[in-house]
Amino acid sequence: MKKLKTSTRIIIAIASLAMISAYYVPLWQILMWAPQYPEGLEMKIWINDISGDVKIISALNHYIGMKHIEVSMFPEFGYMIYIVGALIGVGLLTSLINRRFMLITFASLIVASGIAALVDFYLWGYDYGHNLDPTAPIVVPGMAYQPPVIGTKQLLNFTAFSGPDVGGWIFLVIGIAIIGVLGLEIFKYGKSTR
Amino acid sequence: MKINRIILLVTVMASLVVLNSCKPKGPGSVTTGDAASKVYVAPGQYDEFYNVVSGGFNGQISIYGIPSGRLFKILPVFSVFPESGYGFSEETKPMLNTSHGFVPWDDLHHIALSTTKGEHDGRWAFANANNTPRVARVDMTTFRTTEILEIPNSGGNHSSPFITENTEYLVAGTRFSIPMGDNVDVPISSYKENFKGSISFIKVNPETGRMNIEFQLRTPGFNYDLSRAGKGPSHGWFFFSCYNTEQAYTLLEVNASRNDKDFIMAVNWKKAEEYLAQGKGKKEKVKYAHNVYDETTHMATSSILNEVTVLDVMEFPDLVYFIPCPKSPHGCDVDPTGEYIVGSGKLAAVMPVFSFSKFQTAIANNDYEGDFDGIPVIKYESALHGEVKKPGLGPLHTEFDANGNAYTSFFVSSEIVKWNVKTLEVLDRVPTYYSIGHLSVPGGPTAKPHGKYVIAYNKITKDRYLPTGPELTQSAQLYSIEGDKMQLLLDFPTTGEPHYAEAIPASLIRDKSVKIYPIEHNEHPYAAKGEKMARVERNGKEVHVYMTAIRSHLTPDNIEGVRVGDEVYFHVTNLEQDWDVPHGFAIKGANNAEILIMPGETQTLKWTAKEVGVVPFYCTDFCSALHQEMSGYVRVSPAGSNTPLKFSTGDTGGQK
Repeated sequence: MKKLKTSTRIIIAIASLAMISAYYVPLWQILMWAPQYPEGLEMKIWINDISGDVKIISALNHYIGMKHIEVSMFPEFGYMIYIVGALIGVGLLTSLINRRFMLITFASLIVASGIAALVDFYLWGYDYGHNLDPTAPIVVPGMAYQPPVIGTKQLLNFTAFSGPDVGGWIFLVIGIAIIGVLGLEIFKYGKSTR
Repeated sequence: MKINRIILLVTVMASLVVLNSCKPKGPGSVTTGDAASKVYVAPGQYDEFYNVVSGGFNGQISIYGIPSGRLFKILPVFSVFPESGYGFSEETKPMLNTSHGFVPWDDLHHIALSTTKGEHDGRWAFANANNTPRVARVDMTTFRTTEILEIPNSGGNHSSPFITENTEYLVAGTRFSIPMGDNVDVPISSYKENFKGSISFIKVNPETGRMNIEFQLRTPGFNYDLSRAGKGPSHGWFFFSCYNTEQAYTLLEVNASRNDKDFIMAVNWKKAEEYLAQGKGKKEKVKYAHNVYDETTHMATSSILNEVTVLDVMEFPDLVYFIPCPKSPHGCDVDPTGEYIVGSGKLAAVMPVFSFSKFQTAIANNDYEGDFDGIPVIKYESALHGEVKKPGLGPLHTEFDANGNAYTSFFVSSEIVKWNVKTLEVLDRVPTYYSIGHLSVPGGPTAKPHGKYVIAYNKITKDRYLPTGPELTQSAQLYSIEGDKMQLLLDFPTTGEPHYAEAIPASLIRDKSVKIYPIEHNEHPYAAKGEKMARVERNGKEVHVYMTAIRSHLTPDNIEGVRVGDEVYFHVTNLEQDWDVPHGFAIKGANNAEILIMPGETQTLKWTAKEVGVVPFYCTDFCSALHQEMSGYVRVSPAGSNTPLKFSTGDTGGQK
């Protein structure tokens, strides 16, 4: 059973604790600008909520038949708090148990969660952007309004941007740190401790 | 012989040409090189100052940007306003209520921006109604009139609304003296005996801004024109210019211009407070209206009050003093240090500057030249700091910069004259186009002038703009006062007839500006705070429509069951919570008006159903791409018919 370096264990512990931030800061943001909205509109996605100009965005989107954005649209908000809680638990356990296989498990879970979150967001965006009310006042043939997963996209008069918010960036750094220490454990310390 | 004649002819022609070129030139264009760049505010950029300008006989206030001179808003105060429905909607009608009933249009002359420690604080603007005496308070976060207080015992509220340095009080001095009290049915010719002046001290609540008449001074019967509060060392005093000390009641232009000197009346208001605390004030029965607009119920209420406390200045010898001031003074302006008081005698050849400290010494030494109705008259020389010699013709009003200079407007000679307050030396003069009334330096009446510009508000426009028939726009000029010489930068048209105006740095107001009214705070009794709450209720002949407006439909938009003779109240709630998305409402045949509803607000239009038929209504403010679709119908059935009361939006079930 391969053990971990003390520095690795500390980094894992810090990274796990840093994930607690997810409960206090927004994870993702969608920003929108239009000629008549020079000040911009924003929507912030939290671990169990959405905030920002959601009502205004919904009011504008009703013209093209998009659904009203409601918290109830997102079943994810019901279980995301537990997923992140479990990740924190696994991380702290890894630091305690001090075994490389636990680190591999932890890193895989983080990467898997990240990919799952993006896929989930894409699927929601696809449905939100394609599943339009056929009786909407404005129907542009062939037009769909799926927001970008990451990056900028022009949707009629709006320029929409999607990207990580503070919490998302923290997760990205955590992910890189965990994969980084895993790499060091396998390719550097792995040889020397033998 | 012939040659001589030709020479003569040529000489005559030449001298005619020379003579003609000697004719004085008109004003033409007199700006110099870089004026345009100094007033150019590039697209997307903002002006440095808000200019809050009285509208004179239009009863409104206009808001301009300085230095661009662009008009941003007409803000109704004492007059109904078609644009916003002010004075037309059921909610705002009470704002214009008075003891004489509904007064739709008054004459607004002067602005006072609230101050703390003598400096602008950007909280409120106050204004006076000159005709039916009132003062108003405007909230500078919403740019709306939120309070109007009528002034009893007043014959016209001109000497108003000047404020003390911490906005403790604003004053309302009567322009015309009138008989007061129990015996008012008297011959006009009994002026000297029966006519009195009246100065109201209106207390301003420092938290809410709410106004009440704390006390009134009963003063000798003549005309009270303008006023300024002391500041710094003279805080606690108020100065009023008085004319018609001749006490004329007919042909005033002659009969009120006889005396060599009229007065500046100095009031020790701290002393008045003491007398009041000692219970020396007398309660008088009067009748006046107090109107308040509530930003949560979105509704004004008008109450009639019945009492004021009066101090008769003749009974309190140390309350009021007169300082002689040459010939019918208009302006009575206190410099930023609070030491100098400038009197502007409209018909005088010199401008006296009084010294507050010398005035105090004169009181201590009983240095009086006599009394008027028992009120001590200080010796002119004893209070005088000095006179500005040959300043110009017809001085009206003076403001100050931060460097010890004064700027006085001259109506007759149509110019602004810059002079030094201490040395009394005239430093510069520039023409105005034409016949300037008031002028304004940003922060000019405060303890800390912002300087930079002086703005002329003129009484005559003539050829300054493209003509628009006999009735022309009003003319204002902007001058730079940054250098030693004043420099004309810009002509800009103004609405109504501006009298006094103030300019305030945009930074003191801009970020506090309200964008929407939160719908959750809307406590209007007829608000529909969601489409599910939209409904129609009948109460006898009254029909109340709880209507909502959101891009791009009204709910309900089909109403049936209204009968001829019904009074229909459309209470329209704008459900938007987005910046700059007002909705309007109009219905065919409304004898009242239209209304405009800000996001989160509820406003009510009353409409009487007069004829059988189907009547359209619609949103009047172009709100969205589908604004034209934002409309509906009311079906009006004959009186006594049984058409059931029905309402809906988007219901096509019964289509035939």
